[in-house]
Amino acid sequence: MDQVPILKIGQTLFVSIQIDLQDDSVIRLQEDLADELTRTGARGVIIDITGVEIVDSFIGRMLSTIGSISRLFDAETVIVGMRPAVAITLTELGLSLRGVRTALNAEKGLEILNGKSSRDG
Amino acid sequence: MNVGTPGTRMADYLRDHHDKVIGRWTELVVAGVRGRVTAEEVRRELGDLFSLIVRVLSGADDHAAGELRAALDELSRSRARDGFTPSETALGVFSLKEAVYELVADATDLVPEFLAFSRLVDDLGLRTFEAYSAAREQIIADQSTSMLELSTPVVRLWDGIIAVPLVGTLDSARTQLVMEKLLDTLVATGAEHAVIDITGVPTVDTEVAQHLLKTVSAARLLGAECTICGIRPQVAQTIVSLGIEFGDIATKATLADALALALKHAGLKVVPALWTRCPS
Amino acid sequence: MDELPIRSGDDVVRVRQQVRTTAAENGLSLVDQTKLVTAASELARNTLVHGGGGTALVEVVKSPSGRTGVKLRFTDEGPGIADIGLALTDGWSSGTGLGLGLSGSRRLVDEFELSSEPGAGTSVVVVKWSR
Repeated sequence: MDQVPILKIGQTLFVSIQIDLQDDSVIRLQEDLADELTRTGARGVIIDITGVEIVDSFIGRMLSTIGSISRLFDAETVIVGMRPAVAITLTELGLSLRGVRTALNAEKGLEILNGKSSRDG
Repeated sequence: MNVGTPGTRMADYLRDHHDKVIGRWTELVVAGVRGRVTAEEVRRELGDLFSLIVRVLSGADDHAAGELRAALDELSRSRARDGFTPSETALGVFSLKEAVYELVADATDLVPEFLAFSRLVDDLGLRTFEAYSAAREQIIADQSTSMLELSTPVVRLWDGIIAVPLVGTLDSARTQLVMEKLLDTLVATGAEHAVIDITGVPTVDTEVAQHLLKTVSAARLLGAECTICGIRPQVAQTIVSLGIEFGDIATKATLADALALALKHAGLKVVPALWTRCPS
Repeated sequence: MDELPIRSGDDVVRVRQQVRTTAAENGLSLVDQTKLVTAASELARNTLVHGGGGTALVEVVKSPSGRTGVKLRFTDEGPGIADIGLALTDGWSSGTGLGLGLSGSRRLVDEFELSSEPGAGTSVVVVKWSR
């Protein structure tokens, strides 16, 4: 099982998923993030999935769950860097990832978290 | 004396009468070619085919059949390019039977051999027909793909705002292409707003609406918000009567309205250039 | 044709990688590869979690018109599905989450065949063709 590192920069937790995650690692990530949110009181989570080639219903559900857990801790989650092929597949699967914001990259993700996004007009 | 199979006996016979057969075959084919190919060219082509046919009949090597098929496909292609109909090409192949028959007509002991040979030549002629057909199918498929590509442009309206003007029916194949192009453009330009103009889409039924919803969903996963515009009055009535709901997706009548909305969301404003009114 | 065991989470990852490689080598577009691998991931997971383990078969096939495709077969000796029609409805769950995976995978592939009987295991065969 691989443990995905979680970085804290300011008020935000950064997670970058680079490899093909096994189910156990996915569950582990979810638990680790919940722990870190409680421990640090972070206000935002950015999950970078630029390196992720496959998002199936299990991983999709994990992403939504993380969004819900973060909200319980008054934090917002932004998924960034989703590949076009993955987005098309997720849409076909019927997963809309409600409950999490999305952005093209970490920079735009931060803009959303800091309330400076052009999307909020 | 090697009795051999019907095939090998015919192969030997053909080899022994090589020049005569090719000569007569060439004559027959040239008559049908009507000057579109030179006699030397025809003789050369038929000579190659003849050798391969003899090899296949003698059953000597395994590669002969594959090479013969390839040679026939190439003949079919080149004839098609030169404007021959598939029938003309096939008839050219079939005339080998005539050429050989004229020679074996009196040799009654070769009748079973000739029948087997005849069947083989029939297959070869039919093969040229199929090769022609397959080539046409490929051309049609390629043209369809080109047409699909050409009719799905994605344009940049402003910084961070792109537009997808859709023309023609929105079926699943088109939707796939639209989604791919739209998403690739979002990544390439970093745009956060997309305007999907359906003025050119003749009918919007529940299936088309589903495709639109899917496209918007996919764009959202990449952090972009979409506005659908170009809803003609009749289309609006159809949408309402079918009970289609666009939910939280913004819809506008015209591209101009959609652009204005996108600019507003992007925090941009269009103001008159006052200073140009000042006399110098 | 490759036969892969599905006995652990790592096996599911291996199935994904094999399907990805085979799909890429046989002319499937990037989006089609992604769809097929995602479907494979769902089905492999079902085999592991609900079927108690099983096997995946990855095969390259040719259609009568000459198109190349990738065919996957997932089999398990598990409890089987009592109501297939229900199982293929979106969002249906056997309590442990069989839901979206099965019906979703069907949308991602060109051909989908499911056979299952209570007590006799489950078999799912899918095909994705190159365009």
